[in-house]
Amino acid sequence: MSWRLWVPLFLFALFIGLAAYQLTQPKDEFVASGMVGEELPYFDLPPAMDGVEGVSNATFADGRPRLLNIWASWCLPCIAEAPHLESLERQGAEIVGVAIRDRPEDIARFLAQHGNPYSRIGRDDLSEVQLAIGSSGVPETFVIDGEGVIRYQHIGDVRASDVPVLLEQLEQAR
Amino acid sequence: MIAELGLAALWLAAALAALQMAVGFMAVRNDGASELAGLIRPAAIVQGVLVAFSFAMLVWLFAVTDLSVKLVASNSHSMKPLVFKLSGTWGNHEGSMLLWVTVMGLAGALIALVERRLPERTMNATLAAQGVVSLGFYAFLLLSSNPFERLPTPAAEGMGLNPLLQDIGLAFHPPTLYLGYVGLSVAFSFAVGALLTRQVTPDFARAMRPWVLGAWVMLTVGITAGSYWAYYELGWGGWWFWDPVENASLMPWLAATALLHSASVLASRDALRTWTIMLGVVAFSMSMVGTFLVRSGILTSVHAFAVDPERGTFILVLLGIFIGGALLLFALRANTISEGERFALASREGALVFNNVMLSSILAIVLLGTLYPLLTEAFDVRVSVGPPYFNPVGAIFVIPMLAAMAVGPLLRWRQDRIDRIGREVALFAALVLAGLVLFGLLAEIALLPLLGLAFGLGLAVASLLPLRRRKLGRTPLATWGMVVAHFGIAVALIGMASESAFTKERLAAVAEGGNATVGPWTIALQGVEPVAGPNWTAIQGRLAASYDGGEPHILTPQSRNFWAPPQQTTESALVTRWNGQLYAVIGDRAPDGRWQVRLWWKPFVPLIWYGGLLVALGGVLALLGRLLSDLRHRRLAVRIAERRADREALA
Repeated sequence: MSWRLWVPLFLFALFIGLAAYQLTQPKDEFVASGMVGEELPYFDLPPAMDGVEGVSNATFADGRPRLLNIWASWCLPCIAEAPHLESLERQGAEIVGVAIRDRPEDIARFLAQHGNPYSRIGRDDLSEVQLAIGSSGVPETFVIDGEGVIRYQHIGDVRASDVPVLLEQLEQAR
Repeated sequence: MIAELGLAALWLAAALAALQMAVGFMAVRNDGASELAGLIRPAAIVQGVLVAFSFAMLVWLFAVTDLSVKLVASNSHSMKPLVFKLSGTWGNHEGSMLLWVTVMGLAGALIALVERRLPERTMNATLAAQGVVSLGFYAFLLLSSNPFERLPTPAAEGMGLNPLLQDIGLAFHPPTLYLGYVGLSVAFSFAVGALLTRQVTPDFARAMRPWVLGAWVMLTVGITAGSYWAYYELGWGGWWFWDPVENASLMPWLAATALLHSASVLASRDALRTWTIMLGVVAFSMSMVGTFLVRSGILTSVHAFAVDPERGTFILVLLGIFIGGALLLFALRANTISEGERFALASREGALVFNNVMLSSILAIVLLGTLYPLLTEAFDVRVSVGPPYFNPVGAIFVIPMLAAMAVGPLLRWRQDRIDRIGREVALFAALVLAGLVLFGLLAEIALLPLLGLAFGLGLAVASLLPLRRRKLGRTPLATWGMVVAHFGIAVALIGMASESAFTKERLAAVAEGGNATVGPWTIALQGVEPVAGPNWTAIQGRLAASYDGGEPHILTPQSRNFWAPPQQTTESALVTRWNGQLYAVIGDRAPDGRWQVRLWWKPFVPLIWYGGLLVALGGVLALLGRLLSDLRHRRLAVRIAERRADREALA
């Protein structure tokens, strides 16, 4: 009988252990990708849904700098970020999207609700691009120059104050 | 000078909390015989006064925008309207922690002043436990987040308040939730006090019950208001996202609901002793775990405003000490508490136990879903758990709970037969069935909303049955409270189900002078113009919306730009009719000059929040009923004592 009284304490200890472990982990947010300054690895993603084009590393080799935005329809900060991506697009930035582990119908619904700033969207079901370019989560935004070299990484959602920074980085990548 | 006064008062209050704790524990050890025991109540009272003074000083600093204080400079701005300057006091980490410990201090002072039912020893143990919890928060404030810290040189201007928080609803939403959390901390202290002295009696439950009820009312109001705020302020047209921050307020509410019912059983039937104690510990644990998840930044959330891993560590340590300590005590002591009165499965107690098990299961599901991303992240897998998990899995337990809510209040205490209330059960079943057939045939809706509508309908009627064959004027307030609260749940449920079943959505690009339709509405965009507020500028759309060709309503949704700090927010515009709400948001301008307009027609959506408020009202009625009957008992006890004294004097 009395061992059951210890169950709550045991579960609670598990929680504390897990939380403590997570707290002591260096937060990925502050660790920039080791890939900044490197060329994009080879990849070729299928279109995320009907009516858009897919994304491959060759997309970035035409001399124009672009933003590469990693996102997903299931990610709440991506909703907060959406208006600022649209404002970037209006100011002349070309944004290529990579949707992580997502479904076409969810992607379409997200874009219908929150706007579509993307020129192309690739579907990354296995997080292969995400892992290859050193991104740790969604959302994340990279500046890629015209030769396909990663120039800058922005971790977390894009806020109003990040918009000028990203435009500046795009300008420098030209 | 004001800041220094506030800080000094805070240190003194902390010292008194330490005194309260030390003397309290000593008194419990020596069976209340400690000479110092007389100090405990005065210490609790003075501590409450001091910490309230300290909080008042912080409010003052915000009111006058004293920019030499770091907290004011980083969270306020001289140009803000006064009400938001004041709400800026708690719209940040340090200020909200000070508010928390202030309410706790005042609650402690109140217990020390009025609570006379409990044996003195349990009372001392309770105040000692409260001292421990308060002391933890004082340490947090004084050592890691001093709200009164001065800047080396005063700032020229403040940084402002997060524009999302500059809304009258949100100015009062966090303090409401806080009052709820703090009320639960009082219940926690009572539970620990009772464990320490092994005196888990009906008197203990009666002493704890008003605090649980009060906390529960505040949580209900806070969650309802928060949901409505997110609905109209964030411009997404949704009212619940299963976001970690939302779950952080829902979990203590679920635990408090269970605690409330179980404390009632203990108070009136002397049963469920260990269970009540356990829930007392769990309810406060959930508030602390929620605070930890929100403040530590350990989970990604759109609502998390004051994120800092270092503070997270501090809260985690407090959590370990308070909750770990209480659970250890529970494991060591609970088997020495006897179970109290027995009861049959088919009885009011039986139904309440069943409801408690369902509520605890829902709590476990929400907790698991909230923590799951944390667990998988430890193995480097990132997942996001959302409605596809919470809704169906939760429904498995919500539906039997709704049935118990409909039938339980009709059962008698201790022992009853289900067939005695056969007619009522049949009525409930018939209503649910009718709802399923009616809505299932009339409209093509998904399973969950269909179940929600049918059970909502059944419960709405069944929840009124306990009033039948009673003289309404002489029905106790507590019974009214239960009926109103259960009816409120049904109303909210119908609102939720209807919103998800019948909402119509439209994203349109409209030229000035153009039209768009959604559901029965036709909306004309009459114009778009710039407008300016005290600390923002906006573009404002002027929409004329007519329902089924009727008189037009004018809506003015805005897209606001704040400049301190720079941020864009959406101000949605709403038209509320008896049968639902039209929700409009204005977006960006397309290159061809047309404006993006988002429109939703949400039938019966306001029922969600009316239902929430009814639930809270039920709690208020029950609380009033309890307080009045307590008062009456106390007067009666005084009169009996007087008569006895008179008789002794005569003899």
